[in-house]
Amino acid sequence: MKDNASNPAILELENLSKSFDLDKGFLETIKFKKGRITREKRSVHAVNDISLTITKGEALCVVGESGCGKSTVARLVSGLLNPTKGAIHYDGHRIDTLKGNALLPYRKRMQMIFQNPYASLNPRMTIQQALEEPVRHHNPSFSRGQIKDKVTEVMQSVGVDPSWASRYPHEFSGGQRQRIAIARALTVDPEFVIADEPISALDVSIQAQVLNLMLEAKEDRGLTYLFITHDLSVVQHFGTRVAVLYLGSICELADTATLFANPKHPYTRALLSAVPQLSDDRPNHIRLKGEIPTPINLPKGCPFQSRCAYADARCGTEQPLAIEQSDGSVVACHAVEEGRID
Amino acid sequence: MPLLSVRDLVVKFAMRDETVTALKSISFDVARGDRLGIVGESGAGKSVTGFALLNLISRPGFIDSGEILFDGMNMADMSDAELREVRGNKMAMIFQDPMVTLNPVLTIGQQMVETLQAHRKLSRKEAEQIAVLKLREVYIPAPEERLAQYPHELSGGMRQRIIIAIALLLDPQLIIADEPTTALDVTIQADIMELLLELCTTKKVSLILITHDLGVVSQMTENTLVMYAGRIIEAGRTREIINDPQHPYTQGLINALPQQTLPGERLKQIPGNMPSLSAAPKGCAFNARCEFAQDRCRMEVPNFEQIGPVKVACHEVRRLHHETHKQEDLA
Repeated sequence: MKDNASNPAILELENLSKSFDLDKGFLETIKFKKGRITREKRSVHAVNDISLTITKGEALCVVGESGCGKSTVARLVSGLLNPTKGAIHYDGHRIDTLKGNALLPYRKRMQMIFQNPYASLNPRMTIQQALEEPVRHHNPSFSRGQIKDKVTEVMQSVGVDPSWASRYPHEFSGGQRQRIAIARALTVDPEFVIADEPISALDVSIQAQVLNLMLEAKEDRGLTYLFITHDLSVVQHFGTRVAVLYLGSICELADTATLFANPKHPYTRALLSAVPQLSDDRPNHIRLKGEIPTPINLPKGCPFQSRCAYADARCGTEQPLAIEQSDGSVVACHAVEEGRID
Repeated sequence: MPLLSVRDLVVKFAMRDETVTALKSISFDVARGDRLGIVGESGAGKSVTGFALLNLISRPGFIDSGEILFDGMNMADMSDAELREVRGNKMAMIFQDPMVTLNPVLTIGQQMVETLQAHRKLSRKEAEQIAVLKLREVYIPAPEERLAQYPHELSGGMRQRIIIAIALLLDPQLIIADEPTTALDVTIQADIMELLLELCTTKKVSLILITHDLGVVSQMTENTLVMYAGRIIEAGRTREIINDPQHPYTQGLINALPQQTLPGERLKQIPGNMPSLSAAPKGCAFNARCEFAQDRCRMEVPNFEQIGPVKVACHEVRRLHHETHKQEDLA
């Protein structure tokens, strides 16, 4: 594994928060409660106070269950959403406040791959058109020939025959479409790729093909990845570092090997124990109480307290801080901090 | 006599231009109390198999030939009235998406009572009592209150528990679960699977679990069928198949899992895609993706035969099996 400490940070998230208002208009905020008319504004707290640094050349995986805010993180980083609080720095420059043309150079360096290749390719555009569009947009000085060469080169690199360029997306299988979606991200030679569940819509044998392709692109082009997934076996294989997200907060951040060998946060432990294994021995599945609460009214204190076997009075009142452990992992848990969990 | 015996089942779909064969003569048995996993990628025919067992294939699909003997009766020949007697009562199905399975405009109670009253002469009160009992069996907290709730008021995991409770209402002998946890998170999936396993073992209910997840099959089932392009290509004890897969496709499927390779290294991928039903190649459907394929594989469909502890449909497997064993003997 590469030594990340010597590498410069490419992306920094600083106390990033995002909430979505449920009651948008004035009238929606008016509620009738206990015989009184009151004004109440509810919002979904999707991401709460996340700080992260991604260094050049690494593949940071963000894992968590549905509703934990992992896709929101991807969308915030790529500029598809604006943060409610906090800042995003890319290569030392603050990018979350930029708009329009000022953002364009960063868009070229940063590309996104989405989950569903059936939805991310325009059905009315041929593959050639779909792949040419970003090249032309980001390189206005390119001649037609140059654009065409670029498209051919990228198609070859993702293993799609360039002679198929005149076909439409519906003529391709899911795996091929995802390759084309990856090609589309690579046509502008980005240095940083945000991938939001890029393989979860694909079959097992196709998942391996696409993961291999992404690993190759990482080696050949020196890409840095922010990889969003719920699949822990993929994380173990692909990621250099892992951030475990629960209800919009990071509960554990560690090197992949450290996290899988020695998970510390009670949620991380439960998550790892729930992955179905091929082996004979049934892993001791740690059962969590109840289900993930709604992010509308976040509990005071630790977001995980309602399902945690180690929760005590302090967890109910005080939000745990992210504390660095002796092996370099960062854990936000009172029980770990107090040494209540071995 | 096995509880369920499927013999040479062929299911076809009459499309506008052509008739495609989704199931190309499959045969298997499910013993009483057995848990069978059906594994395959999308389009392999595993869901069609599940639907066909309940004779739920609807137009343009139809059961072309073959027998589905459930407890000695052929499901493929039954009248609608006879089918209604079996469905839900003796054989129940759990589908992938609990939001689509439950009726959004009826309360949980109404849906459960409706199912019970359709099969048994029960008063509303009696039916509700059974419903509460079954909800308790699937560990739903405060079951009495749930009866008055609508599906949208419950979480995904809770809904899937309710589906399982509904499937269990009439104490069926066989449950067919089609990707029951694919729409759920891993921690919830582990809970649901544990629950299904517990219910099947304590109640001696047979289970057919349709899934694409080899990990789930490995933890849940005793026997496994691997399907590819409408055929069963490998069948046997789950342990044997997971630990020592014989068919090149099964081997590829297991080797493609990220946990089978060291972190950061290239995964062992199966090249290409599964052929579509209308463009199935001649001979073995896997031949274009198979590293061992010979001329014969491109001409003849391989027989499904016993090789060692498992049944496999592959021309080359006998030779490969023989060679590896010879090497082991030499070593």
